[in-house]
Amino acid sequence: MNFQYRVEIVDENMEISKGIYKLSLSGKFKGVPGQFYMLKTYGLNPLLPRPISIHDIHENKISFLYSVVGEGTKFLSQLRKGEQLQILGPLGKGFNVENIKGKAAIISGGIGIAPMLYLSKNLKVSTLHLYAGFRDEVYGIDDMKKYTDKIYLTTENGNTGVKGYITEIFNPSSYDIVLCCGPEKMMMKTVKLCKEYNVPIFVSMEKHMACGIGACLVCTCKTKNGNRRTCKDGPVFLGEDVIWDA
Amino acid sequence: MLNVNIAGVNFKNPIIAASGTFGFGQEYSSLYNVSKLGAITTKGLTLHPREGNNGLRIYETPGGMLNSVGLQNPGVIRFIDEELPRMKRLGTKIIANFGGCTIDEYIKGIELLNQTDVDMIELNISCPNVKYGGMAFGVKSSIAYQVVREAKSCCKKPLMVKLSPNAEDIVDMAFRCCEGGADALSLVNTFKAMEIDIHKRKPVFENIYAGLSGPAIKPVALRMVYDVSKAVNIPVVGMGGITSAKDAIQFIMAGAHAVQIGTANFIKPDICLDILSGIQEFMEKEGIKDISEIRGIA
Ligand SMILES: Cc1cc2nc3c(=O)[nH]c(=O)nc-3n(C[C@H](O)[C@H](O)[C@H](O)COP(=O)(O)OP(=O)(O)OC[C@H]3O[C@@H](n4cnc5c(N)ncnc54)[C@H](O)[C@@H]3O)c2cc1C
Ligand SMILES: Cc1cc2nc3c(=O)[nH]c(=O)nc-3n(C[C@H](O)[C@H](O)[C@H](O)COP(=O)(O)O)c2cc1C
Ligand code: FES
Repeated sequence: MNFQYRVEIVDENMEISKGIYKLSLSGKFKGVPGQFYMLKTYGLNPLLPRPISIHDIHENKISFLYSVVGEGTKFLSQLRKGEQLQILGPLGKGFNVENIKGKAAIISGGIGIAPMLYLSKNLKVSTLHLYAGFRDEVYGIDDMKKYTDKIYLTTENGNTGVKGYITEIFNPSSYDIVLCCGPEKMMMKTVKLCKEYNVPIFVSMEKHMACGIGACLVCTCKTKNGNRRTCKDGPVFLGEDVIWDA
Repeated sequence: MLNVNIAGVNFKNPIIAASGTFGFGQEYSSLYNVSKLGAITTKGLTLHPREGNNGLRIYETPGGMLNSVGLQNPGVIRFIDEELPRMKRLGTKIIANFGGCTIDEYIKGIELLNQTDVDMIELNISCPNVKYGGMAFGVKSSIAYQVVREAKSCCKKPLMVKLSPNAEDIVDMAFRCCEGGADALSLVNTFKAMEIDIHKRKPVFENIYAGLSGPAIKPVALRMVYDVSKAVNIPVVGMGGITSAKDAIQFIMAGAHAVQIGTANFIKPDICLDILSGIQEFMEKEGIKDISEIRGIA
């Protein structure tokens, strides 16, 4: 276990699309694709840190891509360059890039795109296709062009790409493996699709967390092998193992 | 001097990690030296393994959080075989938190723990009582008295009874637990509480109710520790929303021998060490030689 608790200084925190921010810290950071950090702004409000995936790591920099959905992410978005951020990580089990081979598809819904840049950069597959679904604005895919062979987009209003949900245009039949992150319903659908075609799929689960390190058991994901801690045994699970909350 | 003696157990300092927030100590020990703690309390154990509750298990509220973990744990036997040997290596005292759904379960669990080298048993009486339609043992003093008496009669370890703030009368509850033979008391457990999802138009938790912890409960918990400490003559361990040395000192001045830190561990994983060094600093500044000098002084 190689995680650490540190207080870092914000290097950059920029709105890159409506309500979507990219926050960077400079320094040396560890982590594999699919792992996350717990981020906490100063003070007791909000009380708990927020789990955010590694978006990218460079030699001297880490970045996070996040969507403002409530109070915690709003406070994060208000951080300016030079202000403090408490971080705990890298946490959890990410994607096992060594074992992912052949023709692969990444499928993401909304901010589920966040961990996919660092993942696509590190994958050693023969072909990589990205299927990314968004509500209206598209973000986070420009950086991924370099690492993917083809990108398919959907938006719910049809502004960019195909109008509809990403699960409607995704056919797993030609892939050896699928990697997925997004809202729970979307991941559930994708797992079902992959099951029909017998294609293995890994999903990155989002459960509400407190400790982030496996001690409090609030983030339990039910699986066919029993209860698993999303923060420590996950967040990446084999899709067929997950028992979905209705 | 920071060490405290509670029911014959010597703790190197009064900072104890609270049950359910610290697992079995392993995760936090990879972040910092947990041997600096006075003790670690285990996740709440039950006789048989428990899967815990379904659905959402946590909901953050202003200054607090609701949890509905539902006592997920490996059961006392696997705890003894797998977790305890590793826990022993952490270099601090171990308090086994144990609860049951029937008096028989309490007795069987204690008999198993008697044969181990845990330093103390913390009896969790906030568990739902099967015989009384699921109402917690710790609500009515007469029922709590029975559990404590039965538990004490078979317990070979120092027995600390953990009180629920949902007790009908916390002082009477404390009295009756003393009468039943408790060697020490700890309080408080979480407050029974709820939240409603206004879009789904129903309670947030499948279980409807959940337990409130964190800074939001501190002044109420402090009042309860104050009242109970004045009323009983056995050691009291205080907890509920402690996040700073100041909070911890307040509980000690209210009469607590030691304090437990729960939710605060989530805010900053090594917060127990900050609290400990903050207490030391305070003692130096105020010329306090022994922590007992300020116990119950308020
Ligand atoms: C492993 C993991 C990785 C994640 N990576 C990212 C990422 O890279 N970018 C990003 O934008 N979001 C990510 N999320 C989701 C992000 O953690 C939540 O959007 C965020 O916690 C919401 O906090 P809030 O206070 O703004 O919202 P609120 O809804 O007000 O939060 C209330 C409480 O619910 C929790 N919560 C709410 N939604 C979620 C959720 N989807 N997942 C987990 N907890 C939630 C919060 O932590 C908080 O305790 C990730 C979640 C997990 C579990
Ligand atoms: C996630 C969580 C799990 C808990 N599990 C237990 C438990 O298994 N047994 C128990 O006696 N108390 C349990 N508690 C209660 C705490 O030990 C403590 O009494 C309570 O949270 C109040 O202290 P705090 O405000 O410092 O957290 C739990 C609390 C939390 C937040
Ligand atoms: S968040 Fe505490 S165990 Fe996962």
